Amino acid sequence: MTIARANRMTPYLFLAPAGAVLAVALFYPICYMIYASFLDWNPSQRIGEADWVGLRNYTKLFSDAAFRESMWVTIKFAGVVVTLEMLLGVGLAMLLDRNIRGMSVLRTLFILPMMIAPIVVGLMWRYMYHPTVGIFNKTLKSWGFDTIPWLSDGSWAFTSIIIADVWQWTPFIFILSLAALQSLPTSAIEASKIDGASGWQQIIYIKLPLMLPVLIVTLLLRLIDSFKVLEVILVMTNGGPGLSTEIMSIRINRTASEFRELGEAAAMSNLLLIVLLILTFAMFIYNKTLEVRAARMRAAEDAV
Amino acid sequence: MSALKHERQNPAFYALLIALVVMAIGPIYLMLATSLKLNVDIMSDGSSLFFMPTLRNYETALCDFLWYEPEHIRRCDPTFGRALTNSLIIGLVSTAITLIIGTMAAYALVRFRFMGRDVVSIWTLMMRMVPPAVLLVPVFGIWTFQFGLDGTRGGIILVYVALNLPFVIWILQSFIVQVPIQLEEAARMDGAGPFQVFFLVVLPLIKPGIAAASIFTFRVAWNEFLLANALADRNSRTVPVTIVNSLTEFDIDWGVIMATGMLLAIPPIIFTFVASRQIITGMTAGAVKG
Repeated sequence: MTIARANRMTPYLFLAPAGAVLAVALFYPICYMIYASFLDWNPSQRIGEADWVGLRNYTKLFSDAAFRESMWVTIKFAGVVVTLEMLLGVGLAMLLDRNIRGMSVLRTLFILPMMIAPIVVGLMWRYMYHPTVGIFNKTLKSWGFDTIPWLSDGSWAFTSIIIADVWQWTPFIFILSLAALQSLPTSAIEASKIDGASGWQQIIYIKLPLMLPVLIVTLLLRLIDSFKVLEVILVMTNGGPGLSTEIMSIRINRTASEFRELGEAAAMSNLLLIVLLILTFAMFIYNKTLEVRAARMRAAEDAV
Repeated sequence: MSALKHERQNPAFYALLIALVVMAIGPIYLMLATSLKLNVDIMSDGSSLFFMPTLRNYETALCDFLWYEPEHIRRCDPTFGRALTNSLIIGLVSTAITLIIGTMAAYALVRFRFMGRDVVSIWTLMMRMVPPAVLLVPVFGIWTFQFGLDGTRGGIILVYVALNLPFVIWILQSFIVQVPIQLEEAARMDGAGPFQVFFLVVLPLIKPGIAAASIFTFRVAWNEFLLANALADRNSRTVPVTIVNSLTEFDIDWGVIMATGMLLAIPPIIFTFVASRQIITGMTAGAVKG
């Protein structure tokens, strides 16, 4: 009797520690944040002492020009970065999808930018963009060109953070699309070759359509991650000059630590979370429909 | 034509490959080179290719751990040494805890199947999407006012364990599914209890999965800045926090800061070279195969 009961309890015993940690340190904070977004709260107050202000934090955000600007910067950044990285990553995968020696070494080198700390990535780029000692301006100067205000001019700063992000994350898309390319059925490609399709035709009519499911998931993953970028930009520009590179995560960080408006920061976090939630659900539903369709195709094949 | 034979490519193709490699590791090389330079060399206008490498910047950063006293340092600043110790402790402890409770949970979810795999993968996906910036306010508030954990290593470890758990559970599930259940049944026949089966039969079989998961976990804990910055006080600061703090000063000592950056980058670089295959598997999991 007791053994049977012990056996029934085992799964719960195995799950309990993980469940407890997640409940205390992840779910509780998120619920807490939703609650805090309705409060007027500064860091020196306990949460009980903060005043309930209803939706004021949200209405304040939407009438705040600085917040709207940062929202726009975030969307612009995510859009540009993801487009560039998809084009470059998929293009490179198409180019390098050959049987060459040292491909695994190449892939290893390519994941380095993603593995090292974002802080360090920011540091490297800040050094390279440095107005006098940085390599870009040094090179420009030695070739007799004018130097460029990489991080001190608004629109250049925005370009600079995009270059750094493209450097860091294009390999991610490259590796995913290369994996997708190499798992394509060779029969389809062989058949198109026999029918006389040129390289471009193969890519446009055979490879891209077959890769599309993976590409869409990759795109969504990267889009979600691009909303999370923080440290690289924090180190390079800290959102400046002006608000030109102040993406949402940096705005949240500044609102909490500089302006000491925890309620407002929580409201912003909530909005960011909602955007990401929508993207994640889109991805999940897309995955599910793919699975359902695959299952139906298999069933149809079995029936034949 | 055998599949093993490598095709000959035209020279332009190799030129492109070399250009890509230079672009990928160029910035890292520059950081390394700068960390080995004297400030005079960094500031000079001349070519940056030729210089006398020196370990001075590393000596300055690590002066706390040195058994000798480098003559160029007037006063040893222990900030970085302390941060390195903190980072190591926080990284290792949080990785150990995450893996232990993560494997247990993954095992329970796979073997006792009282919750669908789907439910877990939805949650993992959702948790993957939560940016640390979103946790900043609540974690700061709760840790300071309710748990009293602010400024301690324990507090930071707790956040990292929670941040990493969903991913670890998810990735380990796929390894545990592959362990043949017959092995476990045999062990149970011989009188092993559920815990014995888990620790003596299952754990040794999923070592590769554990290796991959621990690399990912350690990397997150080692690299994370935002939450550590909000929670740490003077004595529990981690390396990323000290780097950012030293950046806000007006006059940046590039040599030393690049040396500290290099020290922060070394563990992930080593992992990448040792286990690139597992890392790529972990990265592509969820996209290529859902």
